[in-house]
Amino acid sequence: MTDRILVDAKNTFCPGPLMELISNMKMAEVGDELELLSTDEGSAADIPEWVNKVGHEIVDSFTEEEVLHIVVKKIK
Amino acid sequence: MHILVVGGGMGGTILANNLARRLSGELEQGSSKITMLSASDKHMYQPGLLYVAVGKMSTSELYRDQKSLLESSIDFHVDPVEKFDLDNNSVTTKSGKKISYDILCIATGSRGNAEGIPGLAENSCQFYTEADAVAMYKKLSKFEGGKVVVATGVPHKCPMSPLEITFFLIDYFKKRGIWDKVDLHYTYPIGRVHSLAPVAEWAAPEFDKEGVTYETLFNMKEVVPGKVISEEDSSAEFDLLVTVPPHKGMQVIEDNELGKGGFIPTDKKKLNMEGRDNVFVLGDTTNLPISKAGSTAHFEAEALGENIAAIVQMGEPVRDYDGKVFCFIEAGDGKATYAMFDYNNPPNPQAPTSGLHWFKTAYNRMYWASARGII
Repeated sequence: MTDRILVDAKNTFCPGPLMELISNMKMAEVGDELELLSTDEGSAADIPEWVNKVGHEIVDSFTEEEVLHIVVKKIK
Repeated sequence: MHILVVGGGMGGTILANNLARRLSGELEQGSSKITMLSASDKHMYQPGLLYVAVGKMSTSELYRDQKSLLESSIDFHVDPVEKFDLDNNSVTTKSGKKISYDILCIATGSRGNAEGIPGLAENSCQFYTEADAVAMYKKLSKFEGGKVVVATGVPHKCPMSPLEITFFLIDYFKKRGIWDKVDLHYTYPIGRVHSLAPVAEWAAPEFDKEGVTYETLFNMKEVVPGKVISEEDSSAEFDLLVTVPPHKGMQVIEDNELGKGGFIPTDKKKLNMEGRDNVFVLGDTTNLPISKAGSTAHFEAEALGENIAAIVQMGEPVRDYDGKVFCFIEAGDGKATYAMFDYNNPPNPQAPTSGLHWFKTAYNRMYWASARGII
């Protein structure tokens, strides 16, 4: 497994965490895991919604010191 | 101390001018030197392309001679960098010159990459180069009605442009008297009609009011004649596809393996390239999770100007970049608003007004003073 790609989108508003995830996902290889850090309260809902809709995989999701960490695996 | 600025766009130009003023004594004495290397002798006002695409600005208004915007103490050359040798503090230019530096500032920008999505370049119109904006205007001029789709790639320059082009298209079709023959459909990559929640909350009812339909979580995967297909297994049929294409950093950044996608890993506060204390990055060239916009480059350039001058004069930087961004939002119907935010403060855009539209129109001309560092 390659190292996780960290996408630090804490305290950012535009383009925002989901757009950053999509952007980094496009540059990643199939099989890569990306760990997104977000402080946006909408991320807990909209990121899994997009990941599931496109067909990638949520590997892990947890909150640590008020920062949401979502680990996503690029499937296709 | 030799400061080398690579790139003569908004960020590079404001930074070089800012440094030339702060270090005027050192430049006069010859203890410091500022060199700028650019790919062009012309400076383009890139936000003007949006206006060119809908016939609101002429192409001649987009350009000034780069040298005319720079302080005379800046050594300017049209000779783009082809090789970066960061370990040896030097670059090699297209003409073959090897130039050493003490401090390097990279501001090479980004470019539309419609070719990154199969079929997009051939089947859409866009407005990120002069040629594309003119071609889009010609296409619009011949359009007599039908289904128009606006689709946006990721990442893209100027986060406001998908909304702005949509509102400008409404104005354009109304002005031509064919709005009743147009079905305008707006798509957007994330789960609301704009990245900024308050902007999305304002824009969606405006779309409803005008009869613009929209679909969110729509990321272009492929375009075939008359149809754009999304990664989310949706599609939209069109007679005219207007796109904000996905963007990449410049090829020279990728060729030199400075950053994936042409975007250089950058410290969000110090703006130095990760792992390099004497290499700074600004504008679209960074990989920072903030807007790729002229105002971002402007505020980064001001922070860097202060810091690099302090490094030259005192050996240490004096401030952090706070993530400040200020974006006008053209809202159509002769009105505009703005969004201002930084790393700690979210935006709180107000209702569009005609006064802000006229201020933005004035700024389109005041930009040249801004690039010179006068305002």
